[in-house]
Amino acid sequence: MWGCGHDSISAAIVQACYEQSVEPHRLAKLSGIGCSSKTPTYFLSNSHGFNSVHGRMPSIATGASLANRELIYLGVSGDGDSASIGMGQFVHVIRRNVNMVYIVMNNGCYGLTKGQNSATADVNAASKSGSANLYPTIDLVGLALELGATFVARSFSGDKTQLVPLIKAAMAHPGFAFIDVVSPCVTFNNKPTSTKSYDYVREHQEATSSIDFVPSRDEIVIDYREGDSTVVELHDGSALHLHKLAPHWDPRDRASAVNRLLTAKAKGEVLTGLLYIDPGSQDMHELEQTVFQPLNTLQGKDLCPGAGALGKIMAGFR
Amino acid sequence: MEHLRAVNDMVVRFANVNGTGSASANNMFAKSIFRMGIPVAPKNIFPSNIQGLPTWYEVRVSEKGYLGRRDGIDLMVCVNPQSLAQDVASVQPGGYFVYDNTKKLHPEFVRDDIHYIGIPMTEMCNHHFSEPRQRQLFKNVVYVGALAALLNIEWEVLTGIIRDQFKKAEKLIAPNIKALELGRQYIHDHFAYPLDIRVERRDLVGDSVLIDGNTAAGLGALYGGATVAAWYPITPSTSVVNAFEKYAHQLRTDPETGRRKFAIIQAEDELAAMGMVMGATWNGARAFTATSGPGVSLMSEFLGLAYFAEIPVVLVNVQRGGPSTGMPTRTQQADLLLAAYASHGDTRQVLLFPSSPKECFDHTAAAFDLADRLQTPIIVMTDLDLGMNDHMSPPFHWDDLRAYDRGKVLDAEALENIQQFGRYLDTDGDGICYRTLPGTHPTKGSFFTRGTSKDEYARYTEDGAAYTRNVDRLIKKWETTKKYLPPPELFQESHHHAQGLLFFGTTAYPALESMDLMQEEGIGFDAIRLTAFPFNETVDAFIRDHEQVFVIEQNRDGQMRNLLINELGVNPQKLVSVLNYDGKPISANVIKNQIVGRFQAVG
Repeated sequence: MWGCGHDSISAAIVQACYEQSVEPHRLAKLSGIGCSSKTPTYFLSNSHGFNSVHGRMPSIATGASLANRELIYLGVSGDGDSASIGMGQFVHVIRRNVNMVYIVMNNGCYGLTKGQNSATADVNAASKSGSANLYPTIDLVGLALELGATFVARSFSGDKTQLVPLIKAAMAHPGFAFIDVVSPCVTFNNKPTSTKSYDYVREHQEATSSIDFVPSRDEIVIDYREGDSTVVELHDGSALHLHKLAPHWDPRDRASAVNRLLTAKAKGEVLTGLLYIDPGSQDMHELEQTVFQPLNTLQGKDLCPGAGALGKIMAGFR
Repeated sequence: MEHLRAVNDMVVRFANVNGTGSASANNMFAKSIFRMGIPVAPKNIFPSNIQGLPTWYEVRVSEKGYLGRRDGIDLMVCVNPQSLAQDVASVQPGGYFVYDNTKKLHPEFVRDDIHYIGIPMTEMCNHHFSEPRQRQLFKNVVYVGALAALLNIEWEVLTGIIRDQFKKAEKLIAPNIKALELGRQYIHDHFAYPLDIRVERRDLVGDSVLIDGNTAAGLGALYGGATVAAWYPITPSTSVVNAFEKYAHQLRTDPETGRRKFAIIQAEDELAAMGMVMGATWNGARAFTATSGPGVSLMSEFLGLAYFAEIPVVLVNVQRGGPSTGMPTRTQQADLLLAAYASHGDTRQVLLFPSSPKECFDHTAAAFDLADRLQTPIIVMTDLDLGMNDHMSPPFHWDDLRAYDRGKVLDAEALENIQQFGRYLDTDGDGICYRTLPGTHPTKGSFFTRGTSKDEYARYTEDGAAYTRNVDRLIKKWETTKKYLPPPELFQESHHHAQGLLFFGTTAYPALESMDLMQEEGIGFDAIRLTAFPFNETVDAFIRDHEQVFVIEQNRDGQMRNLLINELGVNPQKLVSVLNYDGKPISANVIKNQIVGRFQAVG
């Protein structure tokens, strides 16, 4: 369908991968169930994909990352998939800091089943069937910040200029990189009053910064504009140049990010951009102290202690 | 008064309070008899509780090598006032009741048909030890010392166990031996010893080990090449992962860097545990999880995906009493139907039924080869009795020439030589297709793994013909599966008995013993021990060749019987259930009584 936000996000993913020269087969696409989760079928066809079950992509990604720490893992989820049925796994994949990009294509509704409200729908929003949402909205960005996520961003499917560098930075981040992308559902949830509509976001978008992602091998030639700018260096020598638009805010300070987010919400603004990054992020493999060689390449000689060791173990049970 | 008389044939039960350190003393007792060359079968009977409730430990000593539970207590050691009435009542007439007589026994607990042996354990420990914790712990050691005198346990064997146990904490050796001596000396000073039930050294255990099935399964996973364990704590499976962790730290840590050739993740629930296993195996690592019935219920969603998307999984299911939370610390074989058909739609899962710790090791290690070869979940069905109790078992062996079977996986070179890769193309005609791992080749071999219907090229389709081709191929694979699974074990010299016994898992020990008991009464049987599902032709033939088959299992509904009827189309009249589902391991007497009763009812 023309204008579906998910389509624009898919295009942004492809562009980010292209600009970063990511070899498609070194990236794995992981998803759950829903409109968002179907999108990986439509991009990077030389990448392996795993369309798992509803709300369970984080556990699949965790296992995949454990098996091979060298691939890039791109998780694509939706607001139903992450904020409702998969909330438990979303929370715990953040806690484990699994090295992956986790994009939520957030449209506030269940598109595949005809537009029921999701847990990220606005209070009082009417679903396509007419029933209003009585319950408070879950803000996945606020939640991720609270849970200690090491990279938290929000963007808009209609703002490719912002989204592409965010995805590139997310891929370079050594840990869990979360991007909540407001993605209007033109079929079920694009009324101008919806905070997930094109009109509303264009009207109320408030960006924290504009970003340039600078890979380590590139010469840094940035044309600084007026205002503050912050450089965040990443582990591999690449850098993020953040041209700050929002005052009183430091992308490495979780408290200021939370603060800024709440202020924007109170004003009815949709705060976008990179909200928080922890440059000292240690991913699950570091925490687990696994060997650098991918576990899936270890052979019998690395893994099996052999008959001699077994004999010694047996002697201890006599 | 009658005196029980027996050499190397008795059941000794200990009544303790949970959390008082009795376990290691009780284990020492069992091990000392084992080290005297006599077969033993210890069982824990414990509450779902951290501290304070009654717990029992019983040891069957059997010169004949019977390892199943036996009804009837010959000697009771009671150090738990809470369960006193029950413990006094459970002793067989002519049996012995050893108790702490620091406090006088109330007359209501005095029977005139059993023998009382009072030892002032509390008083002795208070006198000889000053630390409160030691006073409590050494009470347990005191009664082991007393039993050494009463039952004729060799002193050097007992003290040898203490020396082994405290090799790394040598200062504990002397006080432990002192506590043993206190118990022994008290018997020497106050009672005639040894009793008429006693043990005598034999040479009947050979090179056997005394080990629990969960440790065996954890070791099996290590030897089978698992690098990822994802799990959620649940009784009685927790110690499977604990054992894997212990040995992996010892044997899979890089000595130079301290980095690990494994990862163990305690997941947020069983759903996530199974998801992590599947993410890892999809990506080419060997991974497993261990759980019990409630966990299998939660994992069923993913087990359906693994079946349909054809992803290897190794799952150790240590069964406990169900339904629901059921009896978490009691044993049953009641997850058979749940596991065999786990998940919605037409699903079938491969099951293995180990009967001993050696088989827990062998089957778990083999499960990784089977999962890779068959690209499907392999569920190792043990139970609480096998998993959490020590069993006398043949030692485990590993052939250093054995290579892992990673199944049909195409590498970059193989992909180069293929025109068009189809993940679900049945190239070999055995229902098993070739898979590829992410990251293998820049332009060939990528595909989309999905739980939806798909065609041979893994493309989404709702075309009825393509769907049918796929699920029919899965049935072909199911048939192929049979030739890879361990064969059933037959107990029949020739087909000369009209009646057969059929059993599996922990039911095997008492079932074989019951055959001996019935043979003594002139009733003979052939028997078959199942080791795997799907059932192969041997199982079918065994049932066909016998007029009547008694299916012995530990659940209420005769689940194995139902599975046999459903899968093999057996006439239900032919299969007679012999059941035990009170949570205690089934005994030979229960089996014999039900079968003999059945004959009498018919005859």
